[in-house]
Amino acid sequence: MNSDIIVFLVLSLIAISSALGMLFSRNAVYSALYLVLNFVTVAVFYLLLGAPFIAMSQITVYAGAIMVLFLFVIMLLGAENLAPSQSLPWQKPLAYTLAVVLVVESVYLVISRAQTDKFISTPDAALNSMENLREMAMSLFNQYLLPFEITSILLLVAMVGAIVLTKQEKREQK
Amino acid sequence: MVPVNYYVALSAVLFTIGALGVLIRRNPLIIFMSVELMLNAGNLAFVAFGRSYEIAGGQPFFSGQIFVFFVIAVAAAEVAVGLALIVEIFKARKNINIDELNSLKG
Repeated sequence: MNSDIIVFLVLSLIAISSALGMLFSRNAVYSALYLVLNFVTVAVFYLLLGAPFIAMSQITVYAGAIMVLFLFVIMLLGAENLAPSQSLPWQKPLAYTLAVVLVVESVYLVISRAQTDKFISTPDAALNSMENLREMAMSLFNQYLLPFEITSILLLVAMVGAIVLTKQEKREQK
Repeated sequence: MVPVNYYVALSAVLFTIGALGVLIRRNPLIIFMSVELMLNAGNLAFVAFGRSYEIAGGQPFFSGQIFVFFVIAVAAAEVAVGLALIVEIFKARKNINIDELNSLKG
């Protein structure tokens, strides 16, 4: 058992336990904080996979912007502790059973049909170089230029949509 | 040297936790967070596969990372609109219990 696998196992333990903590926290603020921990752990995984740009965007966009938005909304609405209501009593056991089936089946498929010759080594200095980042940017702005522009339009539409949704209420109140 | 299937298995476990969260929690904000977790699990698989297939000169296959970049942008847009909707619904009904939200009409 080499050191890479030990690092991977410790990180995946943190990732899975923080995801479970997100799931089972009664308080929504604690859920959000557990999810921040999970996102940071996934960012470390991206660093191990030799994707430093994605790791940094993960931390700024997910752990920074999106989770701060979540915390704002949770505290604004006072939705930390919603009263538990159970209108469908059979739903929870069914959900647990189906989730266990899904995880067993997908992990079994991954293990049994794996390509055992594919290994990921810890990235060296050549992989984290500026050259590689430049290559990725060239690919993004040449091969994927149209999806990139469509993404910018999507973000613009989402921004306008959020503003319109919150503005209409004010006009009705006047 | 970590086999790439370890990363895919971790991604599958995280995805299942997210799906379970969507099924068992009744707070729409936590359901949103579970959806984010599922998107993240998909991103992890993308980057792992992109790293395991190398093009010439030891460079990783960049399309995996670029797709993750697009997924992050789409997730940001989705969260902005979704949280605005939740705030509006809360203002209109003073209640965001997911069992009672069966229509978007205010």
